[in-house]
Amino acid sequence: MTRVFIPADAGARAVGAEEVARAVAAEAAARGLALDIVRTGSRGLYWLEPLVEVETPAGRLGYGPLAPDEIPGLFAAGFLEGRPHARSVGFVEEIPFLACQRRITFARCGMTDPLSLADYRAHGGLKGLSRARSLGPAATVEEVARSGLRGRGGAGFPTGIKWRTAAAAPGERKFIVCNADEGDSGTYSDRMIMEGDPFALIEGMAIAALAVGARQGYVYIRSEYPQAIAILQRALAIARAEKLLSTGSFDIEIRVGAGAYVCGEETSLLESLEGKRGEVRAKPPLPAHKGLFGCPTVINNLITLASIPPILADGGEAYAALGFGRSRGTIPIQLTGNVRHGGLVEVPFGVTLGALVEEIGGGTASGRPVRAVQVGGPLGAYFPPALFDTPFEYESFAERAGLIGHGGIVVFDDRVDMARQARFAMEFCAHESCGKCTPCRIGSERGMAVIDRILAGVEPAKNLALLRELCETMRYGSLCALGGFTPYPVESALDHFGEDFSRAPQKSVAA
Amino acid sequence: MDKEPEERTDRIAAIARAHRETEGPALVVLRAVQEEFGFVPREAVPVIAEALNITRAELHGVLSFYHDLRQAPSGRHVLKLCRAEACQSMGAAALAEAALARHGLAWGETTADGALTIEPVYCLGLCSCSPSALFDDEPVGRLDAARLDRLIEGAAP
Repeated sequence: MTRVFIPADAGARAVGAEEVARAVAAEAAARGLALDIVRTGSRGLYWLEPLVEVETPAGRLGYGPLAPDEIPGLFAAGFLEGRPHARSVGFVEEIPFLACQRRITFARCGMTDPLSLADYRAHGGLKGLSRARSLGPAATVEEVARSGLRGRGGAGFPTGIKWRTAAAAPGERKFIVCNADEGDSGTYSDRMIMEGDPFALIEGMAIAALAVGARQGYVYIRSEYPQAIAILQRALAIARAEKLLSTGSFDIEIRVGAGAYVCGEETSLLESLEGKRGEVRAKPPLPAHKGLFGCPTVINNLITLASIPPILADGGEAYAALGFGRSRGTIPIQLTGNVRHGGLVEVPFGVTLGALVEEIGGGTASGRPVRAVQVGGPLGAYFPPALFDTPFEYESFAERAGLIGHGGIVVFDDRVDMARQARFAMEFCAHESCGKCTPCRIGSERGMAVIDRILAGVEPAKNLALLRELCETMRYGSLCALGGFTPYPVESALDHFGEDFSRAPQKSVAA
Repeated sequence: MDKEPEERTDRIAAIARAHRETEGPALVVLRAVQEEFGFVPREAVPVIAEALNITRAELHGVLSFYHDLRQAPSGRHVLKLCRAEACQSMGAAALAEAALARHGLAWGETTADGALTIEPVYCLGLCSCSPSALFDDEPVGRLDAARLDRLIEGAAP
């Protein structure tokens, strides 16, 4: 039976994948054809979604983006035999956007049925867990350390060291917590894994539990991802039934967030998991010593955990062989916003920002010149094209007063008002502040007011200096990255796009 | 959904009791109550606090912290429009302004007939299909004014 693959990923559904899938099933029925329609995750080529793929002896051919009313024509053109159609994109693996990638963490995403354990096994799944079992806990931790893997949530802390610390911490109860509170605008790689390859996360958590001696895991998922929650729930049930997870030795519970961005910060997330207000904790103590319910806890970003199975399967050294400087392995980058070819790009660290935006991404969707890109979420800096030679990796971005965060890149064309973007950064911080520390809670409110005065032309020189000073206070005085990093977008807007702050006619005295 | 307060109180107590074995249960219980009633009714706070053996103040602190938790019912349909940067880059601000104006709403408000609530959301993870929204939990992307209107008008009243 011919196999046809149609994504059920939320990004694909958002642009009509359900309607397309229904139309394909209806047309096949009308023609009396028996089709095996496999609902997959997304390949991450979102500008082509809804993308329908058909399996041929030579490989999988793609057609997209498709609308439901194009489906009868697609059948008439003979797409089941791989014949051409106006929406043909050729062999999917040969599309330059995909061909230039090195998919390790996302090797299966969009290829397989996310809830088929047989598919998962057939595509390399569970090899990492089985190797970890044969290595034992200490050697598993060392394998991760050798890989050079650093936290993909943005902080970039070496995962091996985190695991070593938790493994050595005394305690009867230890926890593995997956941070799936993916709140940064311009990111969705966690969502794609949960919807497209959920067993990879489950396997990664099982390996982490084995390595540090934990019996309970939690996945904290943001409520904005209803479909990811549903799919991961089903995957967990399958994993339990198939004894991938055996209650008693290790089990995983899903907890759903409630719309608080700050809960992506690890200590705030732990508070929220404990059922409290998501207020940030001061560190130390480190979560690895005293985390969830006061017990040693490994809290890792979802992509970090999903990268563990291939590292165990193929060895830490193979992973560490890829990358740039101290940033080893691959990073899933999300090209988003006003970009022609928006989607997920997993590449070894070190590709330049310009290659990502202009070559792989193809420039803006609007066809206008790129003016700014925000890298690393709402707390990341805005970079102008003049900085497009920056290699995408932790240290190179830090050297240029930026950060890579969770790998999100948001592209803006020349119509963007950067003063407005800076004001939004302060507004967002004010909206999401947990309120525990003053620089963040009050500083962000003051930041909005100061930018408003600058834009109204009220004593601009004095207020610009005040804004700089305020940024400094927030950076050094805030308890966590929310208040501490909000200056990145604000100051980068001032540094690289200062002209946007001086458009108002000048007034001398405050109104 | 419109149950008598007394009946509601019994049900809320039962939900809280059902989660007594859950570690750190407060947020889980509040979410479950909202799941059932569409919001967290005022009378829920003392009932849950007692069942979980925490103070009302502590529970109220949790309830008021999280943007998702409602203390009043929403409209029959909820449109969550993304206001974050990726959607901004594709014109989300103008789209939202027009939608709010058309329905005579400010962020978070419900139309007088109780049909529609429009809320802000900061990222739905649909950033390569911007601007995006969740309409009654269903993702929608590549939005423009016409598509948004069709979506709202196409929903049952």
